[in-house]
Amino acid sequence: MSAADPLLRVEDLRVEFATEDGVVHAVDGITYQVQRGRTLGIVGESGSGKTVASMTTLGLTRGPRASISGRILFEGRDLVAMSDGELRAIRGNEIAMIFQDPLSALHPLYSVGFQLVEAVRAHRDVSKRAARERTVELLRLVGIPDPEGRVDDYPHEFSGGMRQRAMIAMALANEPKLLIADEPTTALDVTVQAQILDLMERLQRELGMAIVIITHDLGVVAEMADDIAVMYAGRIVETASAELLFAAPEHPYTWGLLKSIPTLTAPRDEQLVPIPGTPPSLIHRPSGCHFHPRCPYAQPDHSRIDPALEPVADEPTHHVACLLETPVRRRLWAELQAGRMPDEALAAAGRPGEAS
Amino acid sequence: MSSRAGDRASVAGGPQSASAVALPDSPQGSTEPLVQVRDLVKHFPITHGIVVQRKVGAVKAVDGVSFEVRRGETLGLVGETGCGKSTTARLVMRLLDATSGEVRFDGQDITRIGGSRLKAVRREMQMIFQDPYSSLNPRKTIGSIIGEPFAIHGLERDRGARKRAVQELMEMVGLNPEHYNRYPHEFSGGQRQRIGIARAVALKPKLLIADEPVSALDVSIQAQVLNLLRDMQRELGLTLIFIAHDLSVVRHMCDRVAVMYLGKIVEIGPADPLYAAPRHPYTGALLSAVPVVDASAARGQRMTLGGDVPSPADPPTACRFHTRCPKAQELCSVEEPLLQDKGTGTEAACHFPLTPEEIAEIGVRSRR
Repeated sequence: MSAADPLLRVEDLRVEFATEDGVVHAVDGITYQVQRGRTLGIVGESGSGKTVASMTTLGLTRGPRASISGRILFEGRDLVAMSDGELRAIRGNEIAMIFQDPLSALHPLYSVGFQLVEAVRAHRDVSKRAARERTVELLRLVGIPDPEGRVDDYPHEFSGGMRQRAMIAMALANEPKLLIADEPTTALDVTVQAQILDLMERLQRELGMAIVIITHDLGVVAEMADDIAVMYAGRIVETASAELLFAAPEHPYTWGLLKSIPTLTAPRDEQLVPIPGTPPSLIHRPSGCHFHPRCPYAQPDHSRIDPALEPVADEPTHHVACLLETPVRRRLWAELQAGRMPDEALAAAGRPGEAS
Repeated sequence: MSSRAGDRASVAGGPQSASAVALPDSPQGSTEPLVQVRDLVKHFPITHGIVVQRKVGAVKAVDGVSFEVRRGETLGLVGETGCGKSTTARLVMRLLDATSGEVRFDGQDITRIGGSRLKAVRREMQMIFQDPYSSLNPRKTIGSIIGEPFAIHGLERDRGARKRAVQELMEMVGLNPEHYNRYPHEFSGGQRQRIGIARAVALKPKLLIADEPVSALDVSIQAQVLNLLRDMQRELGLTLIFIAHDLSVVRHMCDRVAVMYLGKIVEIGPADPLYAAPRHPYTGALLSAVPVVDASAARGQRMTLGGDVPSPADPPTACRFHTRCPKAQELCSVEEPLLQDKGTGTEAACHFPLTPEEIAEIGVRSRR
């Protein structure tokens, strides 16, 4: 395989869970890739499937009630087709994951050092003593002060920020090629969040690993990610480089997210434009475009036609799944940027059906 | 009242007294602030022993806080976990008893009243909580949840009238009045927060305290609830204390903002100057830490604080921020700085406040 091949390539991944209430279509045919040393940000609300997609990469959603199809190619090897044993050799070794809540991800009855030694020795045939030295070195790498003194502390003796650092140390134990970070800073205060994001950026530079960062916070992906995928109801609805996505977003859901959060740079009295309604059930999904019940620009036929994720006319790297014509979308976004409300923007941009 | 306020300002010698400045004297009672907090302290004792409990220390959750909330305005309380912002709110509501200091609500000291007088005051102040799942009783219909304040205060005794009042409230907060007999689990997080708001405004209170009202909600839902709060405030003339850790949300919602660190207010002032030109290094660090939603503007220089917030059981001497402050000098560990306005419109408790050059340098990335 050539160096230009992506480190991770997910092709038409579907994950469904059979429940008493019906089949939950958690991930519904998503395709994306992550290049070596780059950062992909996956943005979405709770229930958008972003966490399930990433946990499936590590085989963590396997079970009798789950049905998984599609391919997850990691350096050319298909993780979906692998046996549990083969996957175990990769998990925590070549691909590592950190979770939102470091307190529940660490075992409360074992010292932090013990758990790190375990992570090292799970994949390396080294003595306990060598593993302990490596553990101290890892704790130092992630910026725990006095690592020799703290290595035998228990998780409750660490602060929230230090626990997340310990989780990162554990993830780095075997120098993974890919780090999956699921809401790594959501449970943390902003100043600690800044420390952890700085740390992840520094470690990525030093170790050259690729990162998939999953979050609902557009600010975090704007700071961290090279490329961004926006998920809604189990699908990717828009994907582009970070610069392109924030400068010229194409999907009405992305516009909704951008316009509904207050920022430190917008005028203080700017009106927030909420997205109406609530995220849909993944059991009874809306027909056609899944976003149409909440989309202010939806046309009658959008409840019948299911849009595919396709390149935007003049930007081959920018993909969007939207039934509106590109010129209409561009006019709508320009109107929204000028401070108009969605219905005013729609009136000003003309009826979408008449554009072509 | 005017002379008393004047006395207080001159007599109060506490560390935070600079913020307890007397308002411009006014003959009318109604221009007096709705809430006046003076040198408020709450220490939670740390005890050892089971039978004979010895007090071995205290968590100084709130340690000398003074501020006031003017009628109709929104005051934001921001700070990190453990800075005392929620404790302050609970003290103002009398959900906790203060160790010392006083809270005046509508001119009346409510820190030591009880019984029917307290109940009467409580009618005037209501609270919205962070978690819309645990703050609604799962065994009650939302009709009875929203109607509960009427029951407690013996209002709208007639069943039909109470139902009508509740349904009006439901309509006002954007809920379908036909869902009167449904249970909380049948509603989404955003709708539950609307139920909480309907319950809070049922008695048309003067003061509403919102403690992290949107932090448990999905991004697309937050704006719905924030807009609703603003509409309610405008319609009912509410005074709002808005507590949040998200600085962008606070900036959007609040007229004035108080920044807390380890039980003290380190900076307080109108939102515009506070966000555009923070004086206290801690405010600067907080603002600098907020990720910016703009890929081109981001990746500027971030002012990252080292270490963690010290324990409130054993806070640093003098200026509590000196152990993490990039500008700290010897004086900071010896003499506690007072809140004062150095002509920028905000009051900061700092010996060496940020200079305009530093504000530009640390990349507090705000246009105004």
